Amino acid sequence: MKLKCSRKPAFPWFGMDIGGTLVKLVYFEPKDITAEEEQEEVENLKSIRRYLTSNTAYGKTGVRDVHLELHNLTICGRTGNLHFIRFPTAAMHRFIQMGRDKHFSSLHTTLCATGGGAYKFENDFRTMADLELLKLDELDCLIQGLLYIDSVSFNGHPECYYFENPSDTQNCIKRPCSLDNLFPMLLVNIGSGVSILAVYAKDDYKRVTGTSLGGGTFLGLCCLLTGCETFEEALEMASKGDSTNVDKLVKDIYGGDYQRFGLQGSAVASSFGHMMSKEKRESISKEDLARATLVTITNNIGSIARMCAVNEKIERVVFVGNFLRINTVSTKLLAYAMDFWSKGQLRALFLEHEGYFGAVGAFLELLKSSDDA
Amino acid sequence: KEDRTGRCMDKSITLPPDEIFRNLENAKMFAIDIGGSLTKLAYYSTVQHKVAKVRSFDHSAKVNGDLLYEISVQEEITARLHFIKFENAYIETCLDFIKDHLVNTETKVIKATGGGAYKFKDLVEKKLKLKVDKEDEMTCLIKGCNFVLKNIPHEAFVYAKHADSEFRFQNTHPDIFPYLLINIGSGVSIVKVEAEDKFERIGGSSIGGGTFWGLGALLTKTKRFDELLQLASKGQHTNVDMLVKDIYGGAYGSLGLTGNLIASSFGKSATTDKEFSKEDMAKSLLHMISNDIGQLACLYAKLHNLTRVYFGGFFIRGHPVTMHTITYSINFFTKGEVQALFLRHEGYLGAIGAFLKGAEEDNPNQYSWEENYAGSSGLMSASPELNPVQRARSGTFDMLEMDRLDRQLVNLPLLQDPTSYIPDTVDLTEDALAREYWLYCFEEALDGVVKRAIASQKDQPEAVERAEKFRQKYRHKVQTLRHQPFAYGSLTVRSLLDTREHCLNEFNFPDPYSKIKQKENDMALKYYLKVVKSVEELSWEQRQFTLVKGLLAGNVFDWGAKAVSDVLESDPDFGFEQAKQQLQERPWLVDAYNQWIERLKGPPHKCALFFVDNSGIDIILGVFPFIRELLVRGTEVVLASNSGPALNDVTNSELQILTERIAAMDPVIHAALKEDRLALVQNGSSSPCLDLSRLDKVLATAVRERGTDLVIIEGMGRAIHTNYYAMLSCESLKLAVIKNSWLAERLGGKIFSVVFKYEVPSKA
Repeated sequence: MKLKCSRKPAFPWFGMDIGGTLVKLVYFEPKDITAEEEQEEVENLKSIRRYLTSNTAYGKTGVRDVHLELHNLTICGRTGNLHFIRFPTAAMHRFIQMGRDKHFSSLHTTLCATGGGAYKFENDFRTMADLELLKLDELDCLIQGLLYIDSVSFNGHPECYYFENPSDTQNCIKRPCSLDNLFPMLLVNIGSGVSILAVYAKDDYKRVTGTSLGGGTFLGLCCLLTGCETFEEALEMASKGDSTNVDKLVKDIYGGDYQRFGLQGSAVASSFGHMMSKEKRESISKEDLARATLVTITNNIGSIARMCAVNEKIERVVFVGNFLRINTVSTKLLAYAMDFWSKGQLRALFLEHEGYFGAVGAFLELLKSSDDA
Repeated sequence: KEDRTGRCMDKSITLPPDEIFRNLENAKMFAIDIGGSLTKLAYYSTVQHKVAKVRSFDHSAKVNGDLLYEISVQEEITARLHFIKFENAYIETCLDFIKDHLVNTETKVIKATGGGAYKFKDLVEKKLKLKVDKEDEMTCLIKGCNFVLKNIPHEAFVYAKHADSEFRFQNTHPDIFPYLLINIGSGVSIVKVEAEDKFERIGGSSIGGGTFWGLGALLTKTKRFDELLQLASKGQHTNVDMLVKDIYGGAYGSLGLTGNLIASSFGKSATTDKEFSKEDMAKSLLHMISNDIGQLACLYAKLHNLTRVYFGGFFIRGHPVTMHTITYSINFFTKGEVQALFLRHEGYLGAIGAFLKGAEEDNPNQYSWEENYAGSSGLMSASPELNPVQRARSGTFDMLEMDRLDRQLVNLPLLQDPTSYIPDTVDLTEDALAREYWLYCFEEALDGVVKRAIASQKDQPEAVERAEKFRQKYRHKVQTLRHQPFAYGSLTVRSLLDTREHCLNEFNFPDPYSKIKQKENDMALKYYLKVVKSVEELSWEQRQFTLVKGLLAGNVFDWGAKAVSDVLESDPDFGFEQAKQQLQERPWLVDAYNQWIERLKGPPHKCALFFVDNSGIDIILGVFPFIRELLVRGTEVVLASNSGPALNDVTNSELQILTERIAAMDPVIHAALKEDRLALVQNGSSSPCLDLSRLDKVLATAVRERGTDLVIIEGMGRAIHTNYYAMLSCESLKLAVIKNSWLAERLGGKIFSVVFKYEVPSKA
């Protein structure tokens, strides 16, 4: 994917996606700064670069996903590394304050932002830090960002992967693949909530539907049910749990398969169905509850995505969004669900930079923008 | 396994059991559907009824003076289906009661379905000494669903929480297929039904009622499903859910997502620094599950191109909260294109289906059935304000009784559009003012009805006691309908009248008017020739007018209308001529007389179908001279009368005798009968009103074979309360005298205003 750079904007180059739960930030670190440039570079800019690139954690909650960093990218004539940083939206005000303390506004850069927070926090940026946001549509950014990252590849490896033998837990293997013949694709973005897009071409897409049962629901329910505090903790618990202690399976009701309708005994008949019984509620572990929550949410997304794919007559289903971060339980489950329920017709595809495409899309807009910063 | 209702139940039955498990003596063919908390029992029984029979006297032996025919009360046996719903806690008590009352039944097996069938198998077998024969749950559900959709008008409804009437009942579509049934039990099954025995589970979801219950119990420590719903109805989901405006600060305008839309269910609860109320969490959970089910239902409906989507299962079962959230969700996801439909007898579907499976050799589906309003509990109030104790009590036992009709009922082939035909003119469920009036009216008339019922059985001293029971039952029904107008579908004047007939029959008053009808018929016959002769002397124009006036004047004689029954009771000499004078002068309230006369100047009709009304003067001095003229013109005439008695309406068997007698006097009628140019058919109904979508199959055949091109509907019950707006595919006359000042005023006239509606379908 070729970028049209109308002009080189001033550093620093950021793209920001302010979601319901997480803020995703991409930062381009130029590696080709000449000595001359370095001399001219204002102290602010240097300190920002140093702060971001020499740390992998920021404050209590900010994290740089070092493993996702893209090296030696050449963008608009500059070469450097693209960094991927995230922090909770709850910390947004601290972030804006930092922008003020670091006199970000004196840098004359445009802050490209997408996601709902670009709207919600626009005024706070203005009044607290004297910063103007360039607000961008999140679905536009998502698609542009995805197409760009896919085009530059993941440091020489494919960005995209799928699971081979999804229905066989023993032999289910992650396999890289290239996204040739991209369109049409069903793009399922799982953040706090879920948006499902049918993408027919670079600039031709529609939002098919969405569901409020997303990553936020998983974490929200897990916090209430287990007292955990973070996504990582919730996933850690889920990985150890067994959802069949919580969910009622077809075989729990029919003793085996429900043959009249071709339902396997191992299929979930009622999520949390065992929890109708007091004894079972009292004997259940937090890990089992976390696992059941994860499985319930994931299967439901899979089911809606599959129906949308059938209704829209699209065979390629791409799952993105931060819900899938470090979440192989869900990715494998989605791969299995797509394959099983469609009898092999549908294939679930995943991307390494799962949650960052919106931010990347916003970042690309900065380079395209002809606005004077 | 625990008792899933999770509460301690006192085992006493609050209603006398013999009023619940009725007609057990003759019961056979049992079926039982044991669900998570409710048991539904079905059985087939025969009911002995007293019916009034008329029989022509042997006229050669003149022993009975002037009396036309003899009335005798006979026992008749009809078939009835009983369905009883009660909480599982009562199952043992109920089985004991049934066992004690089952006398010499030949039944050996009981069909069983439902999740609890396995759990209670031994108990049922031990108590009833019947072998439990399990039937597939989904098959039963679908069979039951087909049965109620076919046989119960106003079975399906749309739920609108904030509307004047919460329930908007749907017309019975002549073809109930195809449809989608979304059964929300512990999980969700989505079934596409294409024909009686053709259905397929096209999808489902594990997020269902069990998820609400299980997850809800974990989150709120509330054990019972009903209590969880109660909590939910009090909560604020916005405290727990992340809304679009929580992310965007407002709406996401470019996608048309409003700020209040839920972006992430439980999205705000991902924190440990805050406590969330049980109510709020329950509400959030309810929204999450309802929306999710609604979304899937819409995706499947769209994929299979289906617009009729019915919801059932314990998650729905009459709960206003879930009906509301599901309705909302369907509306949201289809942008209003699909409406969520619910069923009045949803809880019985499994039991009905299991029963039908067991009764296959009797082939119940070849008959038409009718909901018995006297023996059925009706839909409970969905109002959440209803005191839960009261709710629990009235919900303890719920009954549905269906009578098998002797005749198979079908649409009148002459309906312009059977799918949009609505018999009733005013829906009292929606029209509160009219409802008030008519309920008052029927309560006022009750004394008179009781009196007449007693008078009709003077020879039976215990009739007084029965009549009193009737009074209590009907008054109770009217009072119920005042608070729950939707109990039996849309409340209409027709349903009020029918309920009264069902209650009278229940207490063995099959035909309180039989003697009055007999007397009036007798009297009117004496004047027949005189009327015919006086008409014959008139010029053509005058004759036509006199015949129409006679028809209308005859229709003044109606015990069904209170204003008239008062006059008739106080002044039995109220004559035919006086009646004519009471009539409104032309122009009438609705006056298409000129068009009718113009039409008569043209070629005769091929065949006229006449739905007759009252006995006595109406039929003999009004209808017969009128149809006589039609016959003379060369038009064939089919007289359609009630199969069973209702008020003073002439029944088919009475009309047979009357016609014979008239034929004996009048050669025109005699010849017409002989040449089959005049035919008598029954309409299949015992109602003072008329539902053209449920008529005797024989009638429909006659109508078709004779090439009927004129339909005449006479009387308030058939032409005003019902069918006033009915569109027919041939010419029609609807005529009536408005014998109720309230109704007359409403239509813009006065008492005894005349409606003479002549309609010709547009050729287009």
